Amino acid sequence: MRLLTSIAAALVEAWGELRVSRLRVMLSLIGVAVAVAALTAVTALGAIAEQSLREQQERFGGRPALLSLQPTNSAGEAADSALTTAAFDAAAERYGITHTSRTIMDQTLVQLPTGETPVQFQAFDADYVTMHRLAIREGRWFTDGDAERFAPAVVINRDLWQMLGEPDLSTHPHFPLSGVQPTTAVVIGVTGDDCQGGCPTMNLLYDDYQRVGFTPMDYGPDSYVPQPTYEAWVPPSQAKELMKRLDSSISASLGDGWQTNISRNDYAAYLDGDPLLPVKLGVGGVAGLVLLLGALGLVNISLVTVKYRVREIGIRRSFGATAGRVFFGVMMESVVATVVAGLIGVALAVAVMKSPLVSMMMSTPVQDLPPFPISAAIVGLVSATAVGALAGLVPALVAVRVKPIDAIRL
Amino acid sequence: MTLLRLEQVTRTVRIPDAEPLHILRGIDLEVEVGDHVSIVGRSGSGKSTLLNLLGLLDEPTSGRLVFDEIPLERMRSGQRDRRRGRDVGFIFQQFNLLGGRTALENVMTPLLYAGPAQFWRRRRLAAEMLDRVGLGSRLDSLPTQLSGGEQQRVAIARALVRGPRLILADEPTGALDVETGERVMALLDQVAEDSGAALITITHDPNVAALARRHYRLDQGILTPSGAEVRLEPALAAPTSAAAPALAPPVAPLAGPSTSGEVL
Repeated sequence: MRLLTSIAAALVEAWGELRVSRLRVMLSLIGVAVAVAALTAVTALGAIAEQSLREQQERFGGRPALLSLQPTNSAGEAADSALTTAAFDAAAERYGITHTSRTIMDQTLVQLPTGETPVQFQAFDADYVTMHRLAIREGRWFTDGDAERFAPAVVINRDLWQMLGEPDLSTHPHFPLSGVQPTTAVVIGVTGDDCQGGCPTMNLLYDDYQRVGFTPMDYGPDSYVPQPTYEAWVPPSQAKELMKRLDSSISASLGDGWQTNISRNDYAAYLDGDPLLPVKLGVGGVAGLVLLLGALGLVNISLVTVKYRVREIGIRRSFGATAGRVFFGVMMESVVATVVAGLIGVALAVAVMKSPLVSMMMSTPVQDLPPFPISAAIVGLVSATAVGALAGLVPALVAVRVKPIDAIRL
Repeated sequence: MTLLRLEQVTRTVRIPDAEPLHILRGIDLEVEVGDHVSIVGRSGSGKSTLLNLLGLLDEPTSGRLVFDEIPLERMRSGQRDRRRGRDVGFIFQQFNLLGGRTALENVMTPLLYAGPAQFWRRRRLAAEMLDRVGLGSRLDSLPTQLSGGEQQRVAIARALVRGPRLILADEPTGALDVETGERVMALLDQVAEDSGAALITITHDPNVAALARRHYRLDQGILTPSGAEVRLEPALAAPTSAAAPALAPPVAPLAGPSTSGEVL
């Protein structure tokens, strides 16, 4: 009961002091709240920037670990597509690989309202979208059900969309595709990629690509004939082992003379350690500096008021406040104030981070927006509390050391 | 019953590159429960140092200080602080009310360091004590809204709210005009007498000192009895316990209503 009373009394005392010294507390609160808000917001922004950078890298080379396979033989011939696909699918099933895709890039002539136009295209399976974090501006990407459509679904880029007259996707815009089996492509989505109207591109499902049988472009007698690539998204920790196993499994299925070139092209394959460590260190440094400035402000305010505090504490000592109690009381005042300031700071940072302004600031929209960094908020609060304790330490130490009667007469 | 006893107490301060400063020399003093003692001395005579010792805020260089039959050297720092809070009430010349806090909050402050029985009833106890000193209607007034006399009455209520056995008044009327000072002293004397607390008044004002039953003079660190030498002003010459009711606001029993709105 006595201990409970002491704690309650210390809290009452701290609250009374906070209430009375509103201006000082407000100044302290503002400094610490801004520092904690900055610390938390900068850390959160860093996390978003880090995610944005990662997503850009993943769009380029795929998500770690992405294995690219291409069967070859000594004569440089292309492997039989159906046989390779069957071998690849069987191997993927055997090793529990959930995301796989075939992909090929080429060019074909497409009859557009503006005339016959060479259009670069890429064909892949539906998983490719996830494996490469493909972004879309309008409409949607492929689903497995799109393979059943009579008219192939295509996702085009902004240049091609403009050439089609910027149609509304709800009107199911379409254009003819020529090939062994001519058909009509239906636009289901538009990507943000463009090069100022000069490079129309489209994406379609690999099965549709095979069904249409695009007429090859005449690139000349020695031109390179595009070959399909098989991709598998596997856990990074198992990548090396799976590369060996897929090689032996697929090569064996294709027969003598065939081997499988397997490589990793994702960003993580080229980097040792944390590739974003410099970014993290930079962000952490800035955040630490911000908090240090806030702490200096608080210590400054505490020092300015030390004379007033010493006199008041001397009076309290004459009422029977022990040195420990005075120390604890002064600490509590400072800590209570900074914890409140820290909470306000975190709330401020959350409000800023959740505002649409942050998304607008990013050059490339982030697909998987990282959750608000709780660790940053905790670090901010703990730092604020520590700063409060340190700032309270100076007057508390002075007050405890000065003789009460002398303190009262200051 | 002896509450406080000083036996050959000295207090010496060492000063760098100078001779030690002997502030108090061989002080002998015995204060009984309910006693009223005045100590008169000029500035620099050692009054404040003696106040520190009497209030358990300092330790003698030599000699013995016994409080409630317990020698000071046998009390640890925390014990001494707690005993001071429980048994000693301070009244200062400059009132030393806590700024920004109402009269009620000021009087409640010592109860923050009291035990559960007083802490959890602090608001009621403080209000009752303010009522006793005639400030029952000024509970929510800030020190800046109170006159000098009222502020000192708040200080008296604050010093008495924990029911101390010893009241130390350091120049209690030093910041007040003569008339207000007389009223405050009368009140202090009566409240101390009602509560049975011993009152030690340290002052340089002979008129204030005259209200005490026993008188001492402190000169160059030496304390000597001086009862016959105190010069009394006519207004304060009457026996203190009889004069007090006429000078102070009527003092109500605990929890009794305030009957005075007079500004001291």
